Amino acid sequence: MSTTFWIIIAGAIATYLTRIGGHLVISRFENIHPRVEAGLNAVPAAVLTTLVAPELLNAGPAEWAALVVTALVSLRGGLMAMFLAGAAVLIMARQFVG
Amino acid sequence: MAADVISESSSTKSDFWQGVRLSMPVVVASAPFAVLFGALAVDQGFSVLEAFLMSALIYGGASQMVGIQLFGQHVAPWLIVLSIFAVNFRHVLYSAGIGRRIAHWPVISQALGYFILTDPQFAVAEARAQSGQTVGFAWYLGLGLPVYLFWIVESALGAVFGKLIPDTHALGIDFLLPIYFLGLVMGFRKRPLWLPVVIASGCASIIAYKTVGSPWHVSIGAIAGVLLAVILPPHHSGVEAKR
Repeated sequence: MSTTFWIIIAGAIATYLTRIGGHLVISRFENIHPRVEAGLNAVPAAVLTTLVAPELLNAGPAEWAALVVTALVSLRGGLMAMFLAGAAVLIMARQFVG
Repeated sequence: MAADVISESSSTKSDFWQGVRLSMPVVVASAPFAVLFGALAVDQGFSVLEAFLMSALIYGGASQMVGIQLFGQHVAPWLIVLSIFAVNFRHVLYSAGIGRRIAHWPVISQALGYFILTDPQFAVAEARAQSGQTVGFAWYLGLGLPVYLFWIVESALGAVFGKLIPDTHALGIDFLLPIYFLGLVMGFRKRPLWLPVVIASGCASIIAYKTVGSPWHVSIGAIAGVLLAVILPPHHSGVEAKR
């Protein structure tokens, strides 16, 4: 079996644990401590930010333009709209600056 | 007695189809992401079968994107799994919330119900429960099954399609994931403490990337953001206001 296969299996088990774990564990507590809840709330934005931020170091003008447009469109549009806008800017800009 | 059985099975059927109707907007909205996932997964070195399996077994869009991104960067396998776990950790809250709505189902049905507990599944089921209606298994399955089936088929189609793209740089395929992740980050911007968390995670991950190196910037950056949210006084984080 390939490494990829095992990553998928382990990732699937980890994901299922998050989906059933809240029912099995968290629902046994009367309240969640506010600081724990604040920490849980912060998890998605914190993880996803780390996947974008270092890319800024290697980004050229085309990539910067795409990210700025994505951020701007996100203030108004949904996820797909901002993604398409960012992708369109990236593809066009790369035709000129490579 | 016979009439009872017939009327019960027909109402189960109509519950199922009512769920299917509600699933359609989710099917349409998630389709582009499924195709995108398949195409990007192949670009990062997955086979079509692996892309399909990941969609079928993990079934969580953002975490699948994170998984293939880190896989493409040759990050250690356990750290990829940990990152998938971290991105999916929000489901713990959904699971705790939906548990009391589906406690009357048989255990096997509950186990299956938790497997398809995605963001929209939780949102729609919780809305039904809050309107005073029962969340039945047939209805819940009608809501979730079409989304799941379309998701895995479209992922495989995207992967087959992704294999046909010759010049991935000109089409910007290599940079689509950062754009997608930025979109997801922006989507959380209404949450309390969003900006401080993003700044802390962003700075910490860049410093870690420069010093310790990849892949540690992911864990170090994420821990920095989460710790900040824990340390700041609760009245800033908005969790007290709900009491």
